[in-house]
Amino acid sequence: MSQTPRSIDRPLSPHLQIYRPMLTMMMSIVHRITGVALYFGTLLLVLWLVAAATSPEAYRLASAISGSFLGLVVLFGYSWTLIHHTLGGIRHFIWDTGHGLGPEWREVMAKATIGGSVALTVLLWVVIWIVKS
Amino acid sequence: MSTPSGTSMRTARRRVSGLGSARSGTEHFWMQRVTALANIPLLLVFLGILIAVAGSTYEEAHALLGRPFVAIVMALALISVTNHMRIGMQVVIEDYVHAEGPKVVALIGNIFFCAAVGLAGVFAVLKIGFGG
Ligand code: HEM
Repeated sequence: MSQTPRSIDRPLSPHLQIYRPMLTMMMSIVHRITGVALYFGTLLLVLWLVAAATSPEAYRLASAISGSFLGLVVLFGYSWTLIHHTLGGIRHFIWDTGHGLGPEWREVMAKATIGGSVALTVLLWVVIWIVKS
Repeated sequence: MSTPSGTSMRTARRRVSGLGSARSGTEHFWMQRVTALANIPLLLVFLGILIAVAGSTYEEAHALLGRPFVAIVMALALISVTNHMRIGMQVVIEDYVHAEGPKVVALIGNIFFCAAVGLAGVFAVLKIGFGG
């Protein structure tokens, strides 16, 4: 037990200085970035909820901020981030079953995630626009 | 008494658990998946509620957010999401923050942040739900 084998050829994990950027690698990084962005997005959602629970004045302020142009831009970004991260998560579920890891499918799924997240985000805001106007 | 590994103080149970210096196994991986799965329907309803509430008056907002089904789904969503993001951020911290001091500070800060955000959200939902 006390002897450690000297050299084991372990597979290297993708590393920025070693591998050229590839689509699947960018998708992995984007999943992480969207996860971290959503982390702080949750704080904004909760601030809004706390304002709604505090007083009519606090609620009106929170509504004014979230309904402003900047607020809508942030909400739009948040919705794409959430949809993209969710589709990425579903991709992880497919991988967890052992499927979709081959060179062909992982490429197809990466593109489907990007296209799907953009399409669903646009669809969502069209629906919001129709329902709210 | 001779054990397979000679004079090791570790019990057989410790060895069979297969947990090394990381002190844990697949619990994180699994809970990340369980909370991710729960997040999908919960956030769908959560976002639907937010869209419905957007632009309404204080009274209208309280009437909608105060419904039991709405309040329960929102509280569940907050619990699932804050657990999911705590586990997820822990992995990110462990990947990038290597110095022991900053790492411990970041890991503890992450736990405090997620607990505070989750509790504040659930409290707000309950307060509105109980008519406060
Ligand atoms: C507001 C909601 C959410 C937040 C704040 C959030 C946050 C995070 C964070 C911080 C990570 C860690 C990222 C990393 O290790 O690279 C993560 C990972 C993950 N998220 Fe989310 N997430 C949210 C919603 C969702 C949803 C709806 C799904 C649905 C499928 C999901 C699926 C996953 C999965 C599967 C992972 C693990 C990826 C891996 O093992 O590398 N997340 N999330």
